[in-house]
Amino acid sequence: MECCNKRRMMKESPESNFMNRRGSSCFPDEVLERVIGMLKSRKDRSSVSLVCKEWYNAERWSRRNVFIGNCYSVSPEILTRRFPNIRSVTLKGKPRFSDFNLVPANWGADIHFWLVVFAEKYPFLEELRLKRMTVTDESLKFLARSFPNFKAISLQNCDGFSTDGLAAIAADCKNLTELDIQENVIDDKNDNWLTCFPESFTSLEVLNFSILHNDVNFDALEKLVTRCKSLKTLKLNKSITLEQLQRLLFRAPQLCELGTGSFSQELTTQQYTELEGAFSNCKNLNTLSGLWVVTPQYLPVLYPACANLTFLNFSYAPLDSDDIAKLLVHCANIRRLWVVDTIEDKGLEAVGTHCPLLEELRVFPADPFAEGDARGVTDSGFIAVSQGCRNLHYVLYFCRHMTNAAVATVVQNCPDFTHFRLCIMNPGQPDYRTSEPMDEAFGAVVKTCSKLQRLAISGLLTDLTFEYIGKYAKNLETLSVAFAGSSDWGMQCVLEGCPKLRKLEIRDCPFGNAALLSGLEKYESMRSLWMSDCKVTMNGCRLLAKEMPRLNVEVIKEDGSDDSQAERVYVYRSVAGPRRDAPPFVLTL
Amino acid sequence: MEPSIYQSELNLEATELRLGLPGRTNNKRSSPEDRSMSISISKNSSVDSSGPSNATDHDDDDDDHQNSVQPAKVQVVGWPPVRSFRRNSMQQQKQKKDEHNNNNGDGSAMYVKVSMAGAPYLRKIDLNIYNSYSQLLNALQNLFKCSFGEYSEREGYNGSEYAPTYEDKDGDWMLVGDVPWDMFTCSCKRLRIVKGSEAKGLASL
Repeated sequence: MECCNKRRMMKESPESNFMNRRGSSCFPDEVLERVIGMLKSRKDRSSVSLVCKEWYNAERWSRRNVFIGNCYSVSPEILTRRFPNIRSVTLKGKPRFSDFNLVPANWGADIHFWLVVFAEKYPFLEELRLKRMTVTDESLKFLARSFPNFKAISLQNCDGFSTDGLAAIAADCKNLTELDIQENVIDDKNDNWLTCFPESFTSLEVLNFSILHNDVNFDALEKLVTRCKSLKTLKLNKSITLEQLQRLLFRAPQLCELGTGSFSQELTTQQYTELEGAFSNCKNLNTLSGLWVVTPQYLPVLYPACANLTFLNFSYAPLDSDDIAKLLVHCANIRRLWVVDTIEDKGLEAVGTHCPLLEELRVFPADPFAEGDARGVTDSGFIAVSQGCRNLHYVLYFCRHMTNAAVATVVQNCPDFTHFRLCIMNPGQPDYRTSEPMDEAFGAVVKTCSKLQRLAISGLLTDLTFEYIGKYAKNLETLSVAFAGSSDWGMQCVLEGCPKLRKLEIRDCPFGNAALLSGLEKYESMRSLWMSDCKVTMNGCRLLAKEMPRLNVEVIKEDGSDDSQAERVYVYRSVAGPRRDAPPFVLTL
Repeated sequence: MEPSIYQSELNLEATELRLGLPGRTNNKRSSPEDRSMSISISKNSSVDSSGPSNATDHDDDDDDHQNSVQPAKVQVVGWPPVRSFRRNSMQQQKQKKDEHNNNNGDGSAMYVKVSMAGAPYLRKIDLNIYNSYSQLLNALQNLFKCSFGEYSEREGYNGSEYAPTYEDKDGDWMLVGDVPWDMFTCSCKRLRIVKGSEAKGLASL
């Protein structure tokens, strides 16, 4: 075992010389490492590493993948020192609110200096999964050159690169199995990056380029799909037509996950039949997404493939209630459903009727900024789903108004929620029937759903909501708050009451220094805290930074703003000390 | 860093509808990388038309126990929390749909009155949910429990008990089925189901 030999030569610490080892453990190190090596769960590995020095070492040597939830909580040097044998790295960068334009450009989270260290310490790196990081073309080119065994790259919500970077990956990563580009800000320069996969390249299993805007070289794509017999996941962009889709499906009937191109084109009867046949042929399809622009008359071609679907992502396909209802009749096995609110309550009733196994529902708004009599989904649709889908444990629901009673009914029907994200789109919107705050709604959620891990609240909310959360939400790990609360007391309740809290993100709430400082003891046990447009001042932040030296307390300053206010505060624990790459508008206190 | 769009481009600070609680002074909204988010102020229904007013002057008779955040429809940065890619994608599709609808008539629903000789009440149907004459006629026959029989260009609905007619934009009463479907939906103002004998007169013209 190569890694064991390496270890014997490199081990220097006095506690683990030969005599001591024999004395304190009856397992040879290889066995211990083998056993611990089988642990997959991060939490288990963490616990194991705390037992004793031998176990700590066995764990760190046997670790193959590492997950870093905040790229600034640790440095690549510290990481590589502790874990010498990593094959797969997952890194998350910017605070989540950067998705909503609350973090300025050039804030940081650049992958490059990580890659430089990895090139030296992890030359056998195989997988890189990044979320909310800045990735340049130069970094992608460097990656493609530096890791001969590289297999899988997944970029979600990243920015800074273009299709040139993809071309480099395609050309140089000979063993690539996965190229997954999701929801990034990408400069789509040309259509030729697909041609960069060499003719001899056949190992691809996952290809997702659904976010690209421009046409791709279809010829190159078809050839690629034809020769990659192990392709399981193919997610196309909207430039791919139905006719092209049919040709691809003909080449790859083994697909398990499909993201279609646009679902609207004038088809002849023959083409329609061929397309229908192509879908019937895909016996392994469990995930369907895409559609983009839909001609509803063509949806029936999907019906033959629907029976085995477990995940239907129509969140980019604004269907109406009739179309979705007709489709869902065939989708009895659906576990996860993402839709646009154009399906309205009637569509949700169909969900409740036809999809009893549903576990996750996400309803996105077609028109978030619509004024006046905009339609969408309401409380009755929410109730309808909860009545039919008793296994529901994950919901993301965008609506224009809600009632306390409806939410109470929903959680009574589905008490097993682990993720409850309700977004009432008008800030500060009260219960539209009673005009009361929505406190009781979220009170019902936390009282009934004891397994709740993630909660996002909205609507008109007073401190009472936070009292409820602090009192009942004992398993809560992530809380997102916007336009809510009455005073510092609210935030204090949460900080004092939720023992498992890891991520707290707050915007536009009346929480000030007292609230911020009440969490002094708490923040080191959390991943991060975000507060923007609250009432926190620079002095409050300075005090926090002074009292807690192992926290990074960062304030994002805007030009021309009041010097004493801290508009955007990001607090996180770190073993790497203050950032060395902070731009001028990020003040580390 | 780009200055807040609010302040520099629109210069609306003086008349700003704000979402903060009363007493909050600096309610800066800056959107440094926001290319696609539009910031606009929409009027609350109770505000008079002379312009947007400060939220605290709101006249609503809500028995709001606190002066908590008024549900004013101001668009703020990053709210609702929908990612740019999704927003842009939906926006593009909405535009396409609007274009499509504008080519086909007025917006997403086109209700017309339907009367029937001898019936005490009129009905209303949405022409846009049908794609062809056969769909429309089936619906009408179901709605009024009548039958039209076969349409022929020469004879109209000759031989049937009832026939469908419509009033066009010029105010003339026409037999349903003569013109292409799209042209019909654009020009039909209302429908009337007449007795076969009345329609005979139309068909033989």
